[in-house]
Amino acid sequence: MSENAVAERNIDTSKMQVSDELAIQINGMNKWYGSFHVLRDINMTVYAGERIVICGPSGSGKSTLIRCINRLEEHQAGQIIVDGTELTGDLKNIDKVRSEVGMVFQHFNLFPHLTILENCTLAPIWVRKVPKREAEETAMHFLEKVKIPEQANKYPGQLSGGQQQRVAIARSLCMKPRIMLFDEPTSALDPEMIKEVLDTMISLAEEGMTMLCVTHEMGFAQAVANRVIFMDQGQIVEQNEPKEFFNNPQSDRTKLFLSQILGH
Amino acid sequence: MSDTKPISYVRETMLGQQEPPVTERGIVKWLRENLFSSVLNSILTLLALAVVVYIVSSIGPWLLNSIWNADSLRECRAILDGAPGACFAVITDRWHQLLFGFYPPEHYWRPVLALLLLLVALAPILFAELPRKMLYFSGLFPFIGYHLLWGGSVWFPISALLGFVAGYIAFRLLAKVSALVSVIGAVAAALAWWFLLAGPFDAVMYSIAPIGLEFVRSEAFGGFLISLTIGVTGISLSLPLGILLALGRQSDMLFVKTVCVVFIEFIRGVPLITLLFTASLLLNYFLPPGTNFDLILRVIIMVTLFAAAYMAEVIRGGLAALPKGQYEAADALGLDYWKAQRLIIMPQALKISIPGIVNTFISLFKDTTLVVFIGLLDPLGLSNAIRADTAWTGIYWELFIFIGALFFIFCFSMSRYSMYLERKLKTDHR
Repeated sequence: MSENAVAERNIDTSKMQVSDELAIQINGMNKWYGSFHVLRDINMTVYAGERIVICGPSGSGKSTLIRCINRLEEHQAGQIIVDGTELTGDLKNIDKVRSEVGMVFQHFNLFPHLTILENCTLAPIWVRKVPKREAEETAMHFLEKVKIPEQANKYPGQLSGGQQQRVAIARSLCMKPRIMLFDEPTSALDPEMIKEVLDTMISLAEEGMTMLCVTHEMGFAQAVANRVIFMDQGQIVEQNEPKEFFNNPQSDRTKLFLSQILGH
Repeated sequence: MSDTKPISYVRETMLGQQEPPVTERGIVKWLRENLFSSVLNSILTLLALAVVVYIVSSIGPWLLNSIWNADSLRECRAILDGAPGACFAVITDRWHQLLFGFYPPEHYWRPVLALLLLLVALAPILFAELPRKMLYFSGLFPFIGYHLLWGGSVWFPISALLGFVAGYIAFRLLAKVSALVSVIGAVAAALAWWFLLAGPFDAVMYSIAPIGLEFVRSEAFGGFLISLTIGVTGISLSLPLGILLALGRQSDMLFVKTVCVVFIEFIRGVPLITLLFTASLLLNYFLPPGTNFDLILRVIIMVTLFAAAYMAEVIRGGLAALPKGQYEAADALGLDYWKAQRLIIMPQALKISIPGIVNTFISLFKDTTLVVFIGLLDPLGLSNAIRADTAWTGIYWELFIFIGALFFIFCFSMSRYSMYLERKLKTDHR
């Protein structure tokens, strides 16, 4: 199913280029929940334009890792530098990074008391200080891009899961982020809605967006990613180009994981 | 005879629309479904009907036979001549006291005008459809209302207002430095104005231009005037204070959190009447001798603190009901704490808490009757005072019915408004 979701589409790779510019740098990062060591010695460099898929069994720390990148989770040791700004306790830096990094959640997390349009314009107006009219124009532009401009004045509760997730993507894009993080964006969706969300993500990749995506959609990984990272027990176990990763996995853990998710 | 039964059928004429049977329409259907759907329900319906008839037949004549014009209870009884009947003449005779207490009658127009202006000030807060510019008047109303009720130098409320202006100016000037500095600066500027400059300003301006309504002492306040003054002030102050306490209780800052928790738990652990006695008696021992600290003001402070502690817990319930994802989404978009609270968290948490908030408002308003125990003449206190007059000794029901009816009007309107608001804010389309 996951392969089918992206198979019918020809992907335009002309703009999908990795540059030399650093987007994210993580050096010797460790994180504990109490005494539980969730992330262990993570080292990772992401260049602008990369499309990285992070996979791994549940509890492996992959969501925690990308949540550390915009400091929804705090790390206790090591260094995370996003777009030249190091994440420390400094609130100004954190807010700066957060406004540069878009995030899409598993459960969409739209604001139910605001209309779709208001969801999209809120952060640009209050964080970026964009005039309301301009913010609305930008919002409509991105809503058209995710193909739901006609829903602009409805409330999130009136939309299907797939539509809500596309709104969530549009909401992030309205902040004109340089990096997009996706935390299992299709895991809470019914099968027939997964495709519309993956399509949106693919067109984003086609435009050269830097993307980190925690997902189990291996079809998406094969079609779009330039790198697949496999995590287990809080550490990066293996990373490679998608073709090599899927056809020629090296570690036993990776082989086991792939056989489990691709085996049926 | 063929061995198969005929199955061929053709309709010759089409049927028009027909009424349902008599038992399935109109009043009969309603009665059957709602009152007589089973034997047990029929019995209960008849029983309930009997109770209603009994009550109405007992109270009805008493109410219908009411005397509205008499000078004393004795005169009422003479007119009734042994027949059952209410003596509402006491209301005709003393309504002004129940409403205004001992407020000077020639100044009754001031509380009445204040009440009308209060309604104007509340309108844009209660109904979002009204022009937002009206909110400026709502902001000014506390000062106008104060001057109308108490009077005195017009410069006193103006200098109080200027304190807020000073705070606002300091806030705008320091806003570029940092959010925290500007808030501290605003509070400092306002306090400096109130404690150092407001007094001299008031005195100088009054000597130049001695304008103002005649001063009315707090002791003259009474009846629903006092209930509404305490109730409305308490309600409008306890909500923002409750929000701050609820946020403080969830804060990561240990000091803020401890202060809020201790405050909330202390207030909730102590009866209101104890706090009121503290306000009326004990504070005199702690305050420097000669300080004249208005009793109504003290009561307002205590009632507000009391309601705010409950409010904080009600709002905390609303905060707890919000999914963690809402905080994360707000954070991920780069909204800072106060913006996230104001734009994302509070609108939803308050909406969830509406029933609890209004509950607290209603109980605050009804609790204002407790001030009778510290010597303020609220409607109940006045009913005692009225009975102390030999003309009306022994009259209870009529006074309590009148007072109860007025309280009911206020509380029931609050309750209906909250239901309207809940319907209006419903966006989840479940």
